[in-house]
Amino acid sequence: MCGAPKQGGALAGIDLSTQTVIQGQVWHDGAPVAGAYVRLLDGTDEFTAEVVTSPEGEFRFFAAPGTWKVRSLAPVGKGERVLDAGVGLNETTIVID
Amino acid sequence: MSRNDVLVTVDWVQDNLGTPGIVLVEVDEDTSAYDGGHLEGAVKLDWKQDLQDPLRRDYLDKTAFEALLSSRGIGNDDTVVLYGGNNNWFAAYAYWYFKIYGHRDVKLMDGGRKKWELDGRPLSKDAVARPATQYVASEPDLSIRAFRDEVVAAIGTKNLVDVRSPDEFSGKILAPAHLPQEQSQRAGHVPTAINIPWSKAANEDGTFKSDEQLATLYGEQGFDDSRETIAYCRIGERSSHTWFVLSELLGKKNVKNYDGSWVEYGSLVGVPIEK
Repeated sequence: MCGAPKQGGALAGIDLSTQTVIQGQVWHDGAPVAGAYVRLLDGTDEFTAEVVTSPEGEFRFFAAPGTWKVRSLAPVGKGERVLDAGVGLNETTIVID
Repeated sequence: MSRNDVLVTVDWVQDNLGTPGIVLVEVDEDTSAYDGGHLEGAVKLDWKQDLQDPLRRDYLDKTAFEALLSSRGIGNDDTVVLYGGNNNWFAAYAYWYFKIYGHRDVKLMDGGRKKWELDGRPLSKDAVARPATQYVASEPDLSIRAFRDEVVAAIGTKNLVDVRSPDEFSGKILAPAHLPQEQSQRAGHVPTAINIPWSKAANEDGTFKSDEQLATLYGEQGFDDSRETIAYCRIGERSSHTWFVLSELLGKKNVKNYDGSWVEYGSLVGVPIEK
């Protein structure tokens, strides 16, 4: 499997003592954005993965410890956020102005 | 072969919705996107359910491929326009697959589902049924498919293009980062492979970069035009995207897609790996 799975939902079965999970929501104008494209870029700004947000605007990545950029692209606009992730759960929100 | 023979724009597709002789096909690994709304008249192909052999790790044999296309109402003379999610990864895989079985006229919709959605173009939830056909496939054209022994033999002699992300190439992660990082195979890459991520060939909206940009990209990254080429990724769909760029857009000769890719190579006993 290589396609992006359905976003959102519980982390059942995911071992947070080994996985570096980056997850959150995309917001615009006070509401979550469904169907937004969210991509994860590495420390050199190179593409690592892309998912489409759930009806609740959620996204989730499985990365590795380090600095990452999460960028969202939607018909309403673009937003991005840089974060330092560690092993375990790393949550962030991307706001599209 | 040039860009205009193999690639159509979203405008062209919108203008040709419902045109007889043109069959739109959405290809995805997860077809819930199709079920939630697809291009009007498009049929769906599920990468796993429809395009993979249900038992062995392989694509469908000729008879099964003929039965699949016949049931979807695709004829030998139809112009097939493929599109999908994931920046057209699986649509590019299907393009390569249709070429293996000799379909005459097949094209990709530039930008795929993402470009269509970002433009706010119409989607339909209507069920699509096309009358069955009697599709006849050619014998598989293995000149565009590489197998594992060929990859090992290509070390140091052919262009080995690893199209995964830099962190997968270096072994920092084992799969694209939308998937849990628990895999059985070893991390790293085939020795002498050059890392030219598929994503460098695409714009953020999923469309391909211009021929000039693409020619510059591969030249700068050490692609040797005098050598034959094998592209690989993890399971062979991102490398289909790069195979499409090299073979169909840039017209390079002797380019093969290694669809066994890292899931196979990284599990082989005794083969060399670099990290």
